[in-house]
Amino acid sequence: MSLLDVRDLQVSFGRSRTEAVRGVSFSLAAGQRLGVIGESGSGKTVTALAVMGLLPEYAHVAGSVRLGGSEIVGLDESGLARLRGNTVSMVFQEPMTALDPTMRVGRQVAEVLRLHQGAESGPARQRVIAMLDEVGLDDPERVADAFPHQLSGGQRQRAILAMALINSPDLVICDEPTTALDVTVQALVLAKLDEVLDASGAACLFISHDLAVVSQVCDQVLVMLDGRIVESGTVDRLFTAPEHPYTRGLVATAQLDRAEPGQRLPTVDDFYTGAPHG
Amino acid sequence: MAEPRADHLYRAEGLTRRYRNGGRDVLALDAVDLSLDRGHRLGIVGESGSGKSTLVRLLAGLDHPSAGRVWFEGTEITDLPEKRLGFLRASVQMVFQDPRSSLNPRMRVSDIITEPLRSRLVRRQLTDRVDQQRRLAEVLAAVDLPPDAGGRYPHEFSGGQRQRIAIARALAPDPEVLIADEPVSALDVSVRAQVLNLLTDLVAARGLTLIVVSHDLMVVRHLCDQLAVMRQGRIIERGATSSVYADPQTGYTRALLEAVPRIRAEGR
Repeated sequence: MSLLDVRDLQVSFGRSRTEAVRGVSFSLAAGQRLGVIGESGSGKTVTALAVMGLLPEYAHVAGSVRLGGSEIVGLDESGLARLRGNTVSMVFQEPMTALDPTMRVGRQVAEVLRLHQGAESGPARQRVIAMLDEVGLDDPERVADAFPHQLSGGQRQRAILAMALINSPDLVICDEPTTALDVTVQALVLAKLDEVLDASGAACLFISHDLAVVSQVCDQVLVMLDGRIVESGTVDRLFTAPEHPYTRGLVATAQLDRAEPGQRLPTVDDFYTGAPHG
Repeated sequence: MAEPRADHLYRAEGLTRRYRNGGRDVLALDAVDLSLDRGHRLGIVGESGSGKSTLVRLLAGLDHPSAGRVWFEGTEITDLPEKRLGFLRASVQMVFQDPRSSLNPRMRVSDIITEPLRSRLVRRQLTDRVDQQRRLAEVLAAVDLPPDAGGRYPHEFSGGQRQRIAIARALAPDPEVLIADEPVSALDVSVRAQVLNLLTDLVAARGLTLIVVSHDLMVVRHLCDQLAVMRQGRIIERGATSSVYADPQTGYTRALLEAVPRIRAEGR
């Protein structure tokens, strides 16, 4: 049985029923890592929020999302709260907004433990510090006692990673986890994510607009466009033999280092117009 | 100190900027020397906090240095009061990272773009009375936006289109220098190529001098012929982009180059 099984998921918003996701199906086995790439508005984040049960009340959801055997669509808030943290957790794009600015980082990580495992605060601190150490934060004691604004962007994002992993969830959803970071810090955080996922054996749904970033963590990729999956396969296959014109465009635009400086860069549009592809 | 030769477009000596932060002195820029000639395209790279944005804000006259001097076209701008900076405001325009926050959401695109032309300081510098509607149509066409875009508001446009609006606004006073601070880092990879192509075309067609700030060496490699690598408020490496890229002289530059994510299809 798959860990996550999404069948014909459809999500629309508001009275006008603007369709954000139009019939998406995929599944994810335990320990598997799947990248979802697409541009703003392609429906990739809405798909992730549906899996977390985090869509707002005015969202109309149809289809099925089964996580560890339980149906999420239509599940009430207390049922969802049990799943979140224990079975699934999420890392968001902007670490400053995902952390409470008025609470010390260690307490925020411990809160996740306490809520889901009823851990006492004394022993919880040891586990929090061990977890902060595991995500590659030097001086985890100091980080635990710091407020979010006293940490750098990369440190904050790793603290969030610690929060997402401390309950050993079966699935970690990462939504553009490194987009707000410098390239050097991004490389560090991606390498750490790769390592801790290996160590914990958690599955990962990794959302990004950047194929190069996704390929650091995942080997299977879905390409989303206008609320639909237009192509899926291994990074290797998408990279060497992309089929859909949009995927061809994404592969071409992701390789800035292959272009001659100052020359015109290929754009996604190039792959729709012009000569038909073989 | 010898006066700089007038043929440098920009020249800076010992440029230093300190901030007070919670009772602590932060040295954002530490005695930077820099010169830039007309028609060149300079990339400034470094991590957050390396001082790259502080440096260009000083060059654009948006901030005053704690020490050091800056000349633009031979005129010292270091401590000029705002009312005498009109020539700089007309000649040097900036494009910022996030067009969501740099464009006023309550103004129509036409008013956003022509706003620099209505500034009293800038207006005095323009040789002829500028026909605002004509200039609007011209710059909208230059950035490939439809002529009717002027009547709409920023939220009606995508991220890439909003960055085009910001570029059109920067072009409105017909500047000589365009300073772009992380112009594509808030954009999707698929949109990034379009905006980079647009910048390349505009710089060539208008003979602009370009200064690009970025943490991404690939973006700078594509746009710029000269490169300055910054770390902890200092320029630690400077040279032709192609040679710095092919043969980086510092470990830090090498680390920046290696950090650029590339598609990794094998070895997993």
